[in-house]
Amino acid sequence: MKLNKVLEHIEGKAITKNVDLDREVQMGCGADLMSDVLAFTHNGTLLLSGLTNPQVVRAAEMAGVEAIVFVRGKIPPPETIALAEERGIPLLASKYTLFETCGRLYQAGLPSCGLFELTLRRWHDAFGG
Amino acid sequence: MLGSGVSREVTRLQELAYELRVEQAMTRDLVTVSPQHTMTEFQQVLRIHRISGTPVVESAKMVGIISIEDLIKALTVHAMDSTVGEKMTPNPVTIYADEPLVHAVSEFHRYGFGRLPVINRKDELVGIVTEGDIARLMLRQLEVDYRKEEIRRYRASHFFQDIVADQVAIVFGYHVVAQDFEGAGEAASNLKQNLTRLGIHPQIVRRVAVATYEAEMNIVIYTSGGEIVAEVRPNQIAVEALDKGMGISNIEQAMQPGFSTAPRWVQDMGFGAGMGLPNIQACVDHMKLESKVGVGTHLHMTFHTQ
Repeated sequence: MKLNKVLEHIEGKAITKNVDLDREVQMGCGADLMSDVLAFTHNGTLLLSGLTNPQVVRAAEMAGVEAIVFVRGKIPPPETIALAEERGIPLLASKYTLFETCGRLYQAGLPSCGLFELTLRRWHDAFGG
Repeated sequence: MLGSGVSREVTRLQELAYELRVEQAMTRDLVTVSPQHTMTEFQQVLRIHRISGTPVVESAKMVGIISIEDLIKALTVHAMDSTVGEKMTPNPVTIYADEPLVHAVSEFHRYGFGRLPVINRKDELVGIVTEGDIARLMLRQLEVDYRKEEIRRYRASHFFQDIVADQVAIVFGYHVVAQDFEGAGEAASNLKQNLTRLGIHPQIVRRVAVATYEAEMNIVIYTSGGEIVAEVRPNQIAVEALDKGMGISNIEQAMQPGFSTAPRWVQDMGFGAGMGLPNIQACVDHMKLESKVGVGTHLHMTFHTQ
């Protein structure tokens, strides 16, 4: 899904300058825990988060996240925007909650980034199957 | 990004317009006429050389310029027997050979000319430059830049193949500062960029980056600072994270997903959920965690690249 479609579905705005709205994201991941971001995402993920400190951009960079949407109308501090512009990661904003922003995109056809092997193994240990 | 990509190209063209000199773009093979030639002779010169104008030269000095427009004017008034000297534009605008191309471009723009005679500092005519010459040179130069970039990329990705030795290793070392949340992640970020430049597969680069970042955050959060050393070999990458922190009393417990001793402020930053070490485990091909309470922790991580 192209970023301009993402903005359309979430009625969002671009935060960083010169965002290339033709950029494609393959899947979405909603998380406020950076370790979850690092564990669950893949190259080409759209990250949706309510956390706005610069480490969100760092984690995104390490994990190969393509773009970040800040939810609940949160605008990140200048240092987060500066780091994102330096590392070339577009930042977008949504006024809706994490749940609704994700829901809108999932309904529009953006898939989830799938399951993490380690947590899946623990699920099987706990519930079988 | 498309937007910035376009502006980068424009910037490079602008740079080139300042870097390149008129003499690099100009044509040196000059067709000239003398003021004594008739307009009929001038017409022959244009026809034979398939050009639309020439400088007018008298004893190596340029005295004027004459173009196909002057010829048409002469034709309409039946003045083909008059001399070039009578019909030419005297004291033409010229440009020095050692001036940057951008001056030529602005002269073209200012006067609406399609060509400019080029003179040296002794006022001798040495060439002629057209807008086409400038466009061709800039395109050629961009292509050279592009080839250099391609060669650089090729060299980067074949770095190890090109080195002949029994053992080759590139070592990157980084200091990690305790409690520095602003700079935290720089070591992992720099390592990621270096590995990408070395042509390592993006999936492997991602695993190394994620594991190194988690290890770096652990040093920032829990210790009084430390080092990250990455050793890149042809078929494997080894990353060591060392610190002189409080140490881990129960490694088995620390490896459990969800186990954390993180203070509240760390959790507010989105860390300390007890997923760091399990995440590292999931990214590496091999890891070894050694720790002594009160002495420090040494984490070895190995990634196969082939």
